[in-house]
Amino acid sequence: METLWFAIVALMLAIYVVLDGFDFGTGIVYLFVACTDAERRTALQAIEPVWDGNEVWLIASGGLLFMAFPRVYAAGFSGFYLALMLVLWLLILRGIALPMRSHLANPLWRTFWDCIFAGASLLLAIVLGAALGNLIRGVPLNAEGYFFAALWTDFLPGPVPGILDWYTLLMGLEGAAILAVHGANYLAMKTDGPVRDRAGRIATLGLWAVLALTVASLMAIPFVQPGLRRNYDAHPIGYVLPVLVLGTLASLFYWRRRQQDGASFLASSLLIFGLLGSTAWGLYPNLLISTVHPTHSLTVSNAAASPEGLRTALGWFLVGFSLVVAYSLYVYRCFRGKVVLSKDERPGM
Amino acid sequence: MASALLYDRLQFAFTATFHYLFPQLTMGLALLIVYLKSRALWTGNDHYHQVARFWIKIFAISFAFGVVTGIPLEFQFGTNWARFSNYAGGVIGQTLGMEGLFAFFLESSFLGILLFGEEKLGPRVHWLASVMLLLGSWLSGWLIIATNAWMQHPVAYRMAADGTLHVTSLSGLFTNDWLLWQYPHNMAASVATASFVMAGVGAYYRLSGAHDLYARTFLRTGLVAAALASFLLLFPTGHEAGKQVFTYQPATGAAFEGVFHNEKGAGIVLVGQPNMDTLTIDNAITVPWVLSILVYQRAKAEVRGLDAFPRETWPDNVPLLYYAYHIMIVLGTIFVAMTGTALVWLWRGKLFDCPWLLWILMLSAPLPYIATTAGWMTAELGRQPWLVYGLLRTADGASPLVSSGNALFTLLGFMSLYTLLGLLFLFLIFDTINKGPAASQQPQPAAGDR
Ligand code: HDD
Ligand code: HEM
Ligand code: HEM
Repeated sequence: METLWFAIVALMLAIYVVLDGFDFGTGIVYLFVACTDAERRTALQAIEPVWDGNEVWLIASGGLLFMAFPRVYAAGFSGFYLALMLVLWLLILRGIALPMRSHLANPLWRTFWDCIFAGASLLLAIVLGAALGNLIRGVPLNAEGYFFAALWTDFLPGPVPGILDWYTLLMGLEGAAILAVHGANYLAMKTDGPVRDRAGRIATLGLWAVLALTVASLMAIPFVQPGLRRNYDAHPIGYVLPVLVLGTLASLFYWRRRQQDGASFLASSLLIFGLLGSTAWGLYPNLLISTVHPTHSLTVSNAAASPEGLRTALGWFLVGFSLVVAYSLYVYRCFRGKVVLSKDERPGM
Repeated sequence: MASALLYDRLQFAFTATFHYLFPQLTMGLALLIVYLKSRALWTGNDHYHQVARFWIKIFAISFAFGVVTGIPLEFQFGTNWARFSNYAGGVIGQTLGMEGLFAFFLESSFLGILLFGEEKLGPRVHWLASVMLLLGSWLSGWLIIATNAWMQHPVAYRMAADGTLHVTSLSGLFTNDWLLWQYPHNMAASVATASFVMAGVGAYYRLSGAHDLYARTFLRTGLVAAALASFLLLFPTGHEAGKQVFTYQPATGAAFEGVFHNEKGAGIVLVGQPNMDTLTIDNAITVPWVLSILVYQRAKAEVRGLDAFPRETWPDNVPLLYYAYHIMIVLGTIFVAMTGTALVWLWRGKLFDCPWLLWILMLSAPLPYIATTAGWMTAELGRQPWLVYGLLRTADGASPLVSSGNALFTLLGFMSLYTLLGLLFLFLIFDTINKGPAASQQPQPAAGDR
């Protein structure tokens, strides 16, 4: 039961990164991809009807983590206090930038909110990557099961690391690169003309960065968290996941060369799934690894809610999840196809 | 870490209060929008489509701010109240998890259609989207109030060997006595907010001689809804919520009313300032017996005063609690009187040409916000010193390792950011109101092609 909930929370988070990832990515690249106001509006229209729904995957993942593993929620959220607060502020700024931008036609006003939107998107992508890095490296959990991580200490992943060290920074850059490519693929898929061409070019360029960073971060893992290999050695079937990562990376180069935007987008989505899946496979049964002492780590068995609570929740989760999938598909279907810029601005909002 | 606790509390109070300013409008408006859309679809009258379009725009602005300020709340249980989360997560994780999965997805998915899909998907789907939004936002209110009600009056839990709480039955959580009055009371307040705003905008248009056709619809719809909601707020929901407090949190009830000593045939204090040194009410004007009648339906019944309870179980800020409660009650009474009068004028066909009443209506649009905020202060301060009533003290709920410097840093950060948000919100709202419904006459442009 606990294992099932580990998988569910991981799946929810992975879906979150894939979905909100493409609108973060759009934010990262769109200042370069879309130059005139009409182009920018086209780019934004591609994400406007869906980004809010995408963000809910984060909230829902948080809620489910709270339900299934209260100790992890308590320890993790209070431990990453400062980083999470920054995330919140960035999410707030990013969330209001879109309605703000479209409210007034003044070009200065628009440039201002464009920059806020792009900057917040970029920083959030870096944070997501760094967060993954922190999970892999571990945090200084004490015997009581709490920790507090400074934003940075000496940039070295020792027993009392900061949230940012060279490894998590590397992961942050990797996150930004992957999401930029992912977002560029999405834009290329949803638009036509110059925006699509530029997005395609950026995606191809970005791929080289992704390749370099992926190789670098894979090579770093033995130095940072040798324990990650344990599950792979015990159950070699897990190697499917990293192989999926490499395979999708290769196919991305192929599809980009063929200018197949849809296939590229699918490939970058799978790439993200593969990366997060490989991490989850390596971490299990740990949810938060302690850098202080292995027995302080929070695992699926010492951090889970009561069995009857998990069972109750599984019931409503299955119902709720099917509903969510149904209407997410419906909404994406309603807004499928390439964006056609509307003639008149939406007045007001 | 005494001061860290203070900042944690201030931060939660500030961010929750700020967040709630937005959903209280959106939940109520969702209902009014469904009414307007249904009427438009039913009669085929385009006027109602246009009215609905205008309010959907207001809705969308408030919704966006509700979303961005809501996410911090969900996180803060973990960031600032880690011990509480660990202790109670086995129970309230259920309701909070359900809220994400059932309510927020529903709302955010269909908001896209409501905002961007009218032209592309046709009036029926558009109507459906408004219904889904109503469902989503009221469900969200239900689940979060269920959480709050559980903290006020914990039920359906058991304590595990390590001292943490775990849910024993979902249906127990959802049939919590406390919830069954708190929810309708809170939703009535939300409808009151939305309808006061609608009537207020109508009065503003009417007084400035603009958008006359819309002004009349706004006034009529807003006023009828406001009168209904105000009435429901007093009776039965407010009355029953009050009785609930006297039953389950008697010390809190005594503090609400400023009753310091046991009293037979207790009166109700209309005016007066609690004096915590002498434990009396200064300058009191009291109506005899009323409190005993309200709570126990008997003029001679005894109401227990604060000194019947050990001092360390008193709410820790009695005067503030007393004022918050009285602000809510006084405003509620005024609402009933005011909307009642205005309804009579409307019925006699005189309202639209009665400047003084229109002025009153316009100026009272913000009042439900004040009453609601006061209401939440009543509820939350009244729960003190408990975080989970009778089980966990607020002081024992905070995160152990978040230092006061860090907590103050983020408190200040939230204060600055939210000041900015507040200003931007007011700018957007007033600008939209001033541009008027005519600006939203074209159907919303489609966001894509078929
Ligand atoms: C327009 C707003 C408004 C108005 C006019 C009233 N209330 Fe209220 N009240 C609220 C808005 C509100 C609220 C903000 O919505 C609260 C806070 C918590 C909740 O669920 O509802 C609340 C809570 C609340 C509580 C606290 C429950 C608790 O501790 O959890 C009591 C006892 C009352 N109300 C009683 C009344 C009475 C007797 C009223 C009329 C005379 C009244 N309220 C008018
Ligand atoms: C249902 C959802 C809510 C939950 C679960 C909740 C929970 C909490 C928690 C954990 C605290 C901090 C601990 C404490 O000081 O008691 C708190 C305090 C507070 N909350 Fe709420 N809250 C909710 C809704 C709200 C709303 C909507 C408002 C305001 C509109 C509000 C106003 C306050 C205030 C004013 C305090 C400060 C009380 C004090 O510190 O003495 N709460 N609440
Ligand atoms: C401390 C308690 C609270 C938490 C943790 C919380 C959490 C949230 C979150 C995360 C969102 C954003 C959802 C999205 O992205 O769509 C949100 C929005 C919302 N919240 Fe809260 N909230 C709290 C208090 C309340 C209360 C007391 C109510 C009403 C009774 C409420 C009603 C809503 C509604 C209706 C929305 C939808 C957005 C809107 O209408 O503005 N919330 N809340």
